[in-house]
Amino acid sequence: MAPETGAEVVLRLDGITKRFGPLVANDAISVTLRKGEVIALLGENGAGKTTLMNILFGHYTADAGTVEVFGQPLPPGHPRAALAAGVGMVHQHFTLADNLTVLENILLGTRPLLAPRLDAREARARVARLSRDFGLAVHPDARVGALSVGERQRVEILKALYRDARILILDEPTAVLTPQETSALFETLRKAVAQGLSVIFISHKLGEVIEISSRVLVLRHGRLVGEVATADTDRHRLAEMMVGAEIAAPRLSERAPGPAFLTLTGVDTPRRGNAPGLKGVTLALRAGQITGLAGVSGNGQAALAALIGGLETPAKGSMELHGARPADWSPRAALTGGIARIPEDRHRTGSVADFTLTENAVLESYAGPPYSRRGWMNWRAADDFARRIIETYDVRCPGPAARIRLLSGGNMQKLILGRALEAGPRIILANQPVRGLDIGAVTFVQNRLIAARDAGAAVLLISEDLDEVMALSDVIHVIYEGRLSPAFPRGTMTPAGLGGWMAGHGFEREHTRGGADAA
Amino acid sequence: MEILDILLTASFWAAAVRIASPLIFATLGELICERAGVLNLGIEGIMVIGAFTGWMTVYLGFGLWTGVLVAMLAGMLFGLLHATLTVPFGLSQHVVGLGVTLLATATAAFAYRLSLPEVTSPPKIVPFQPLPVPGLSELPLVGPAFFAQTPLTYLAFALVVVVSVVLYRTPLGLALRAAGENPASVEAQGLSVTAIRMGAVIVGSGLMAIGGAFLTMSAFSSFFFEMVNGRGWICIALVVFGAWRPGKAALGALLFAAFDALQVRLQQTPMGAVVPYQVFLMVPYILSILALVLMSRRAEVPAALMVPFNKGER
Repeated sequence: MAPETGAEVVLRLDGITKRFGPLVANDAISVTLRKGEVIALLGENGAGKTTLMNILFGHYTADAGTVEVFGQPLPPGHPRAALAAGVGMVHQHFTLADNLTVLENILLGTRPLLAPRLDAREARARVARLSRDFGLAVHPDARVGALSVGERQRVEILKALYRDARILILDEPTAVLTPQETSALFETLRKAVAQGLSVIFISHKLGEVIEISSRVLVLRHGRLVGEVATADTDRHRLAEMMVGAEIAAPRLSERAPGPAFLTLTGVDTPRRGNAPGLKGVTLALRAGQITGLAGVSGNGQAALAALIGGLETPAKGSMELHGARPADWSPRAALTGGIARIPEDRHRTGSVADFTLTENAVLESYAGPPYSRRGWMNWRAADDFARRIIETYDVRCPGPAARIRLLSGGNMQKLILGRALEAGPRIILANQPVRGLDIGAVTFVQNRLIAARDAGAAVLLISEDLDEVMALSDVIHVIYEGRLSPAFPRGTMTPAGLGGWMAGHGFEREHTRGGADAA
Repeated sequence: MEILDILLTASFWAAAVRIASPLIFATLGELICERAGVLNLGIEGIMVIGAFTGWMTVYLGFGLWTGVLVAMLAGMLFGLLHATLTVPFGLSQHVVGLGVTLLATATAAFAYRLSLPEVTSPPKIVPFQPLPVPGLSELPLVGPAFFAQTPLTYLAFALVVVVSVVLYRTPLGLALRAAGENPASVEAQGLSVTAIRMGAVIVGSGLMAIGGAFLTMSAFSSFFFEMVNGRGWICIALVVFGAWRPGKAALGALLFAAFDALQVRLQQTPMGAVVPYQVFLMVPYILSILALVLMSRRAEVPAALMVPFNKGER
């Protein structure tokens, strides 16, 4: 997919600037897109990728700059105008109504609102044709609420194609997909490009950008810092452009595993709402070892984290902590048993937004000395503790008395990490510890986890990012519909191999239907 | 046995259908609002306004249908107020709704006193008269029960069909349902969430007001301050009972009305001499609560109900 330099320019963004208060989200960004090419917009969280595309699509109005589609200026601030001009956008958070069927979602907004009837016959045939041509299998009468994430994304793409989109914008489309679904998506994109569509692919995943795009535009802090032909670059150089500095990959030294601190044997937990429970899970977390848990989100990761964090008890099977079955299992018991938790959602369960850094620092330990005695808080000790974390973990903040709400995600996570690690835990439950962090913070958190492992802690790393799991884990399990794969030692599995397990291949046959679809 | 006897009389069913009619109007109105994502707690007050303005219009010498129209417009006006505060301004739907109810109720009382300062008992109007459907009204039992009602009752039941068809068979209905589930899906298709939601609240409030007008113009012939008497709140429960579907909600209204009609008749049986009448008055509410508990377990609430939508918010 070489860039066709001679091809017609279909889209031209010129000098786009957008401010949110004091923050310059886009600083005079110019982009051209030609017919039949895939360009990638690469950048960290907050680099301004999504803002730029939302301006193009009319969700936001730019403070300065112009948008031209097929040589015509696009009036700002109107998604309808963008749609009419042939721009289709697949948002990171899908814009589908769960209570409607696939066909209804596709039809939404395509007819005059006051049309007397909704004639779906012709639309149905067209959707079927598009599904076939672009490899987007999905049942037109299925309720969107019942579809898997991969299927929903197909509906979003169908929606754009149904409206004759000639320019397709995909915002972080692979964040929620299995490797198999991602390759199916790329297949679809290649078909689209072959038919003369142009694609803007927004991502922060380097491998995917290199695989699918012909040109890469790198954004950093709202500025376009580089534009290169994909053929002339590599992962390493792209990563450095993205971060603006040299980066070192985390290194795992050889280390013999120690005794098992926590073992699960044949554990079942009940289903909670839409989240599956565990089914016959057997797992050992060993001293000096990082156990990686890969899997598509919603396959039982939450149940396992709840179990180890003390929020859930086994309905069946047994759990042993430091060689003994815990008498009663609760978050308090988990803490006193030496389990430190880095929760999946740092905003909701990891911190209290309107509490200060000090208060958040002692959130798990305030009930006893040194932070309280006989029911009275010792704020001086708590403040000292917060200060220690701020210093050792490089938390950038106004001070321990600041509310944690004001901190960036990375700094908030460093405080939570410090709170967990300073207690000297023997078991660390790290659930999506680097999700949404920029590369600097990612490296910091990962290196701290590795240091804890080297010091003899047992780490459970739950992540949806397969690259992260493979880079950091001594052994890897895949979780699928509450079931656990065998343990794969470091270096014995390929991404494709693990991807197969993530899609349910390899698990006992009767348990592999439904849920995540293996396209 | 008395219950069975009552259930087999035409007058019982006629009463049930009559009692259900205002509930159906208002329930459909609330359902439209909620399907678009707005909880309209102004319903109780808007029914009072509808009851007052409809009756007052006729009292001033205009026709009955003019009264219905005026009631609807008055309801839509309060709907506009509610919609403006909750949709573009995104204020709390609970607070605004209760505020609209208080304002509308007080406005009706104020206007009543202003226009009839000397009156001790409210003047009567000539209400809608039963309009037997030729042929159908001759049927045994069913005829007098269902086909000898006033025109407004026929309108209520016709609206159930109309609202269903609009919701499920037209582009407008599609956009309305999407706005209540995921407004971003509407926005992304270039439609205005604000316009759809405001339109839904205004039209829905118009229907609520007709429900109120039914009381003064079809069920009774006069206006009393206490006449709406919590019917609006019942309708909010009926929307849940009907799982946000017009047909099921209307069925719920009929069920509630049937209990109500039944309790009145039970009071006149020998049982009524023994059991305090308050117990009978409770029956429809208790049975409604039970039905609500059973029916609404699996109901799917519109996901964006009570969630304001701000375009361009980060």
